[in-house]
Amino acid sequence: MSTRDVELLRGDARPSLGSSGRRWGEDGIRALLLVCACVSVLTTLGIIIALVQPAIEFFREVNLIDFITGTRWAPLFKPSSFGVLPLISATLLLTFWAAVIFIPFGLGTAIFLSEYARPGVRRVLKPALEILAGIPTVVFGFFALVFFTPFLQDIGLGLETFNIVGAGVVIGVMLIPTVASISEDAMAAVPQDLRAGAYALGATRFHVATRVVVPSAFSGIIASYILAISRAIGETVIALIAAGTIARITFNPEEGAASMAAFIAATGVGDVPTGSIEYKTIFAVGLTLFVFTLVMNIFSTRLVRRYREVYE
Amino acid sequence: MTSTSALGSRRALTQDRVINWLFLSFLALSLLVGFLLLGALLVDVFRKGVGELSWSFLTNPPSSLPSRAGARPAILGTIYMMILLVVLTVPLGVGTAIYLEEYANKNRWYNRWLEINIQNLAGVPSIVYGILGLAFLVRGLGLGRVLLAGALILTLLVLPTVIVAAREALRAVPDSIRQGAFALGASQWQVVSRQVLPAAIPGIATGAILALARAIGETAPLLMVGALAFIAFNPTILGDFTALPIQIFQWISRPQEEFRHKAAAAIIVLLALLLVMNAFAVWIRNRYERRW
Repeated sequence: MSTRDVELLRGDARPSLGSSGRRWGEDGIRALLLVCACVSVLTTLGIIIALVQPAIEFFREVNLIDFITGTRWAPLFKPSSFGVLPLISATLLLTFWAAVIFIPFGLGTAIFLSEYARPGVRRVLKPALEILAGIPTVVFGFFALVFFTPFLQDIGLGLETFNIVGAGVVIGVMLIPTVASISEDAMAAVPQDLRAGAYALGATRFHVATRVVVPSAFSGIIASYILAISRAIGETVIALIAAGTIARITFNPEEGAASMAAFIAATGVGDVPTGSIEYKTIFAVGLTLFVFTLVMNIFSTRLVRRYREVYE
Repeated sequence: MTSTSALGSRRALTQDRVINWLFLSFLALSLLVGFLLLGALLVDVFRKGVGELSWSFLTNPPSSLPSRAGARPAILGTIYMMILLVVLTVPLGVGTAIYLEEYANKNRWYNRWLEINIQNLAGVPSIVYGILGLAFLVRGLGLGRVLLAGALILTLLVLPTVIVAAREALRAVPDSIRQGAFALGASQWQVVSRQVLPAAIPGIATGAILALARAIGETAPLLMVGALAFIAFNPTILGDFTALPIQIFQWISRPQEEFRHKAAAAIIVLLALLLVMNAFAVWIRNRYERRW
């Protein structure tokens, strides 16, 4: 044994593989990556501060109860009135008409893709759906105003130029791919054994789809609906272009009405002076909209967790 | 007895057949609603807009005269915005994804919070990002209604999408590659930068391009940060600007029929741009993505 070997055995000399001391470069990179991750936290904080601070100033001037329960929204009129219910009702009506479209047809598309379509058909339909999902909302807005509403008028509906039903239906069509793709993912996660079992008992394709696959994928389907509802609530440009900017409570879908998001955009476009009450309405309505979508998001996560079927 | 039961089952069979037929019709209708409207949309846009497309449409500034109005500032604005978006979102998004996938200890509360936070951000409506831009960038920082403010707000808007796509790409790289590199004595960053990241780049690029395509079509946040100006000159990063979706919106808002046709022409340009980006993303996915 050489002295070198002895030293190695005793542990006096380190092998030349290099020591693993603290690597400052490594720590620096880790810190840099953490800073990147913090941008998203700052975004959240920024959104909350940006909304809440001017909203508080707004509610110093306008009674919160009047805001929530008031049925007249007229910030520019004298006497002005700040009841947000007209904006909320228009938002919910648009969402309702969108849901009338995306709830059945989004699910139908998902069932077809997952249970009925042959692989060749799927290979064509899936990218086509992605194209539909990638079309900017301003294009749908153009379509609603310039094509769909005149089309409905031609077939005899007494629609105004700006109307709820045209805008809502187009929002619904826009959301079909969202619902279809999330629901189909959930259906794809249903194990093949369940389908095979049902077929072995003599079930038809219809029964397998409606009594096995849809119930098993239920949480995913509901999650897709809630996400779509949340998107419909926040949809701005289609509502602005096709449903107009008049704030009013109407249950006649042939009339137009301003949704929360459409009001925000219409006011943001105009150069309202910072600090004025009109400027602050943007934030009060924005906060209301934010709360609506946040509740939907939390609800959706909860629901999915609660009803999730876990397959091994 | 036998005849009645046979009769019963035959009735059940016809009933089944009717239900099956109805259900199939419903599925066909579902597909039709989406694709028929998509078809109608494309046909309508092309019918109205294709006649307007010309070299002068692409190179003229907007004008109050429909015959002279063009989309050059809007096209340039969208291109500048794309460049800024790539420069801003890719490092931030990939950095966050690497932190969450390769470095973060999932049991720490702050890392779990980070994930929930990103998930929630993805659900915030784009108009709310617009409010953020208006309050902080345009008025708060006093940037004014400039292109940089628009690009920054779109960056924050698509960051969650880029992060999710990049994380999926990183997760698709098998652990054996990391372990192999560690076993050879590589440090954490060496493993990430020389093994994991190169393997994940096709997936990251695909996801980033798709997210970018989404950002380019966004209108609402840009309306809020004030791109709705009448711009007859070329936009600059720190000056007034416009972009294709805004120009389309502006033309739609005009009552004259001619401007509707201009809007349709601008929509064709925007859709063509998005199609090229999507095709590029698909090409990268098919060309470079590896299955492990």
